[in-house]
Amino acid sequence: MTTARAELVLWAAQRVTAVFLAGFVLVHLVTIVYAVRGGLTAAAILARTHASIAWPAFYALFVLAAAVHGAIGLRTIAAEWLGWRGRGADLSIAAIGLALAVLGLRAVAAVAA
Amino acid sequence: MTIGRTRNHPAYWAFLVHRISGIALALFLPAHFLALGTALEGEARLEGFLRWTEQPWVIAAEWGLVCLLAAHLAGGLRLLALEFLPWREWQKALAAVAAGFALLAGLVFALAR
Repeated sequence: MTTARAELVLWAAQRVTAVFLAGFVLVHLVTIVYAVRGGLTAAAILARTHASIAWPAFYALFVLAAAVHGAIGLRTIAAEWLGWRGRGADLSIAAIGLALAVLGLRAVAAVAA
Repeated sequence: MTIGRTRNHPAYWAFLVHRISGIALALFLPAHFLALGTALEGEARLEGFLRWTEQPWVIAAEWGLVCLLAAHLAGGLRLLALEFLPWREWQKALAAVAAGFALLAGLVFALAR
């Protein structure tokens, strides 16, 4: 893939994940407010995540979108504010994105199991 | 136009808030995922962590994170509108609308928590 084409793919991926994340974050904010009323408990959290496969599925998609969106955003900031570009930067940022995805999916598995 | 005047503009502040909230959220995500991952060691372990979060400074930090998440959401929707919708005069007000949404989300969270 040429550099210009790769940049275009990353630009598009950042916007597409942003559109999905807008919906995910709105649901998350409403869930946060609902969940903290009367205090957070592990039993209430796990009861919610065990109630339907839809919740773990929602959070898995949320994690993947956030990992991609976050990694591309950090790549832009590293380039513009730190002047850190090139293969080393790209590989490091990809590793951060992958780590976020793995940690996030582990968390989803923890509350879904 | 001087750099100073360029930076003392709602669009520049919106850009700065979007960047800084994005960095803060990216730094917070691993901690969030590790905290939820404690459920892998059982409900009691997650419950223990949640009791730890009842300290006032942790609740204050949660409030800050909710504001940052709401600001990043609203600021992101503003950017999508600027990039993909035809320019309209009302788009000038979007930075103020985004700030209002972030404060509203923080207020609702504070009242619920």
